[in-house]
Amino acid sequence: MAVLVLAEHNNAALNDATAKTVAAAQAFGGDIDVLVAGHNAKAAADAAAKLAGVRKVIHVEGEAFSHALAEAVEALVVPMMSGYDAFFAPATTTGKNVAPRIAAKLDVMQISEITKVIDASTFERPIYAGNAIATVKSADAKKVVTVRGTAFQAVASTGSASVETAAAPAGPFKATFVSEELQKSDRPELASAKRVVSGGRALASAEQFNQYILPLADKLGAGVGASRAAVDAGYAPNDFQVGQTGKVVAPELYIAIGISGAIQHLAGMKDSKIIVAINKDEEAPIFQIADFALVGDLFKIVPELTSKL
Amino acid sequence: MKVLVPVKRVIDPNVRPRVKADGTGVDLANIKMAMNPFCEIAVEEAVRMKEKGVVTEIVLVSVGPAQAQETIRIGLAMGGDRGILVQTDVAVEPLAVAKILAKIVEAEQPGLVITGKQAIDDDANQTGQMLAALLDWPQGSFASAVAMDGDKLKVTREVDGGLQTVSLSLPAVVTTDLRLNEPRYASLPNIMKAKKKVIDTKSPADYGVDVTPRLSVVKVAEPKKREAGEKVADVDTLIAKLKSAGAI
Ligand SMILES: Cc1cc2nc3c(=O)[nH]c(=O)nc-3n(C[C@H](O)[C@H](O)[C@H](O)COP(=O)(O)OP(=O)(O)OC[C@H]3O[C@@H](n4cnc5c(N)ncnc54)[C@H](O)[C@@H]3O)c2cc1C
Ligand SMILES: Nc1ncnc2c1ncn2[C@@H]1O[C@H](COP(=O)(O)O)[C@@H](O)[C@H]1O
Repeated sequence: MAVLVLAEHNNAALNDATAKTVAAAQAFGGDIDVLVAGHNAKAAADAAAKLAGVRKVIHVEGEAFSHALAEAVEALVVPMMSGYDAFFAPATTTGKNVAPRIAAKLDVMQISEITKVIDASTFERPIYAGNAIATVKSADAKKVVTVRGTAFQAVASTGSASVETAAAPAGPFKATFVSEELQKSDRPELASAKRVVSGGRALASAEQFNQYILPLADKLGAGVGASRAAVDAGYAPNDFQVGQTGKVVAPELYIAIGISGAIQHLAGMKDSKIIVAINKDEEAPIFQIADFALVGDLFKIVPELTSKL
Repeated sequence: MKVLVPVKRVIDPNVRPRVKADGTGVDLANIKMAMNPFCEIAVEEAVRMKEKGVVTEIVLVSVGPAQAQETIRIGLAMGGDRGILVQTDVAVEPLAVAKILAKIVEAEQPGLVITGKQAIDDDANQTGQMLAALLDWPQGSFASAVAMDGDKLKVTREVDGGLQTVSLSLPAVVTTDLRLNEPRYASLPNIMKAKKKVIDTKSPADYGVDVTPRLSVVKVAEPKKREAGEKVADVDTLIAKLKSAGAI
């Protein structure tokens, strides 16, 4: 058996999601090759070669891969799949964008956001915002899977796989990259941060979100998250959203501030190790899953907490 | 330009789903159902494009049971022009839905398909991308802004690091994210008008698509329960507790 893993990277560095996807592929079994398709992505390919348990890295260079456009990645991966039994991608926005195209071309029903590999055709995955865990068995000859990073422990960087290069498919493609606006921040990345501080609608403005949430996050060396309501209202950027339809996080410590705890929010954070909730409503549903509940006004509590840490 | 909008009937997002005691699935008996919220956003976007004069006709499609007719009616009341119900009691998987939609696209020749990014029941996040692949069309998934740019469609996408803008040749598939728009409520007169709009009823067999599931559900279980912890009196107590738990 052999698995092709799609690497998540920004050309310069490998994203942690790749090492977690390799871990899921190991649980699946067989030889593991990692595909690094990028533009000036040698550094990412070299980092992938260090991942434990990887047989080889396939490094493909192409302008169209600088931003992992789905049309280009599909054209690259589909022909390669004759040599593989499974395609594993991280359940990041890149993986979610690309993997279903590959599945459709292979006539395979994709298994999205697996949280456990039971055997080579059986997987666990959350459905209904994590209110139910389905165990599904695939009847397809090849498996196309996306992997929820929080459910797998990243493999170590102790390996030394070979790096092969392969040719990029000829374009042009029907989609082209125009521009991107990436959040620049020195804070830990939300998806892999050990601590996360999240703010909700109660923050009431972008200024207050920044004034109350960010200093606490910085004191704790934490990543910053938000509820959908805070993002919709423009208090925080879209990539801060934690939840069913945002990012899923499972840090050592999650602090929910002025967040009510709707099922869609809980779906993204209820596997955190320790949950602290700060809310003025003692009936707020977030308290039903919080390890430590502090009832009160966040505008008093948060500055005090920040200064005493 | 004609637009096709696939709409799915799902559990109401305000209802907490309960796993059936026999572990075969989620209990949907007597549960309030609704149009998938991302599909509402898709319909809204199509209606806005029609209001701008970019779109001439909006065709809504639902694959599902007879009651999915109601879901199509909601979309017709929001401003859709006509509907196609592909009726089946099988829980059709995204791959088969995409195949049915591809056949409908062949027959209807729309210039654009707008799907939701994700159905909130199966949380698959696949159908739009699969459809794009089957048609060899480009895709703008997780869209937070869509605009015509000459003969191209410019789509701003919500990605993990922020926002990405791509340019698509048409025809194309767009999948909606939460920030694309705020769907309107259908007004009473529009609900009345929608009753007169046409919904064709078809079956998967009419499109020659086999909807037999590829994934069999071995079991559906409750997630691990998390117990409520303790109330802490003040910030000092919280810090002490976090220290002794090794969290800070
Ligand atoms: C299709 C769909 C997808 C969704 N996806 C997501 C998702 O991925 N992530 C997500 O988060 N949500 C998601 N939602 C939205 C979700 O249902 C809730 O609406 C949202 O999480 C609410 O955000 P909130 O808790 O910040 O706001 P609210 O529910 O308004 O809660 C604000 C809380 O702040 C408290 N508060 C107010 N003032 C103070 C104060 N001074 N001090 C302390 N506490 C205070 C209040 O008591 C209240 O509990 C989704 C919804 C739908 C329909
Ligand atoms: N049974 C269905 N009928 C109509 N549209 C569907 C159906 N299933 C999925 N879709 C469309 O595909 C989107 C994504 O669904 P999914 O891939 O299941 O998460 C939905 O928001 C709909 O636009």
